[in-house]
Amino acid sequence: MRYAMAIDTKKCVGCSDCVVACQTENNVPIGYCRDWIVEVNDGTYPQLEMEIRSERCNHCDNSPCVRCCPTGASHIVEGGIVLVTANECIGCGACISSCPYDARYPHPDGHVDKCTFCFHRVGKGQQPACVEVCPTNCMYFGDLDDPKSEVSEILKIRKYKTLIPQAGTEPQVYYLI
Amino acid sequence: MREEIITSGRMNDKIDPFLNIWHWEIPLYLFLGGLAAGILFFAAFYSIRGKEKEFPSAIEKAPLIVPALLIIGLISLFLDLNHKLYFWRLYTTIRLESPMSWGAWVLMIITPLSFIWAAIHLKKVYPNFKWPFPWLDIVEEFFIKYKKVLAWSMLVSALILGMYTGILLSAFNARPLWNTSILGPLFLVSGLSTGAATNILFAKTHLEKKTFSTIDLALIGIELFLIVHLFMGLLASTQVQIEAANLFLGGPYTAVFWVLVVLIGMIIPAVIEILELWKFKIPLLIPAIMVLFGGVLLRFIITFAGQTSRWLY
Repeated sequence: MRYAMAIDTKKCVGCSDCVVACQTENNVPIGYCRDWIVEVNDGTYPQLEMEIRSERCNHCDNSPCVRCCPTGASHIVEGGIVLVTANECIGCGACISSCPYDARYPHPDGHVDKCTFCFHRVGKGQQPACVEVCPTNCMYFGDLDDPKSEVSEILKIRKYKTLIPQAGTEPQVYYLI
Repeated sequence: MREEIITSGRMNDKIDPFLNIWHWEIPLYLFLGGLAAGILFFAAFYSIRGKEKEFPSAIEKAPLIVPALLIIGLISLFLDLNHKLYFWRLYTTIRLESPMSWGAWVLMIITPLSFIWAAIHLKKVYPNFKWPFPWLDIVEEFFIKYKKVLAWSMLVSALILGMYTGILLSAFNARPLWNTSILGPLFLVSGLSTGAATNILFAKTHLEKKTFSTIDLALIGIELFLIVHLFMGLLASTQVQIEAANLFLGGPYTAVFWVLVVLIGMIIPAVIEILELWKFKIPLLIPAIMVLFGGVLLRFIITFAGQTSRWLY
């Protein structure tokens, strides 16, 4: 099993609903976020291009955060989801420094926190909170090893990219372009 | 001109607008760890070669401060942790892939070693010193009997400690400035150089002063060579690494690095040491303090500059 997410940059309007849904679902402390909106404006007037993305932890196949964690608090569970066990985390900041996407943050309680792909929901067969609420239906979540899953189907027919593939992290959030 | 403007809605504390997770604690520890490694390396090295008579300060005196250096370093590492009460989790596992795990375990080994080394030399430095309990004399005798084993394990763990202070940073692919394998040797050599400088401060005889200022001179030469290669490597690499090098070549860290670290911390002390070895009478206290100053700043600047270097996408 390999969970992955595909996000359609052509459909995303940057409404931040996914950000708020995540904060509510996961009790994210005020002032922090596990997912966020990035807007890229490319070119000069009048030849302008804009891309809007909802970004989060990429649950990398080759995850530097798991590699550098001195206690094993950062670990990979079934489906390739990268998780942090709060009471094993010493808050040293190594994983935060190691993430090229800066997807992790120090939780005010001391441990490190990040997107979990809503592991608690996915296990019950539900979609992650951000995917569930997206008003434009621009996010697809599922198992890449299952060729019939929604995410496998959409990646078959659409062009896509990942973020900083040259960092060698093998990210598993795909952006449809 | 083609322009790209990236706007992000993320504003996490200590992460945005640029990474700011490590403050003074980490570079201070990197300096103290390197310094402790340097002092213990020379003590073990000369002790193994049986030069107790020639180098009493390096073998007996200077290592007396190492336990204090390591304890201050450990306290600052502890202060750096955000989840302090869980620090013991470091010692419930060994993770070979994680430099920080290596560091935690090597500190677990070298700190007691440094205490034992200091303890068995207390009587030589302070002849009137007596242990309060007689059983401590028996323990002391035991360790003096196995001093060679002690020296060898100290030599190896000092080298790992000195090397690891650099590898800790160079293992992070996400920060292009740190992500160069030169950083391990550079921090090791800089640690040895600060160790030699401390030995100069403690030295009483002309032979010791001369030996350590010659060693320090050679180490500064290697350091300068490694710094040149650090920038050659970064400039010959990818876009993000070129940008990282430019932090020091015209960017915000140019003046502090080249003036305070390279000029005051390396070149001027090297020139003073050459003049002193040649024929002039200059107190070696001056270059030794300058080398220590440069060693502290090297860690601070690399740690802070590295956090501002990043991948852009």
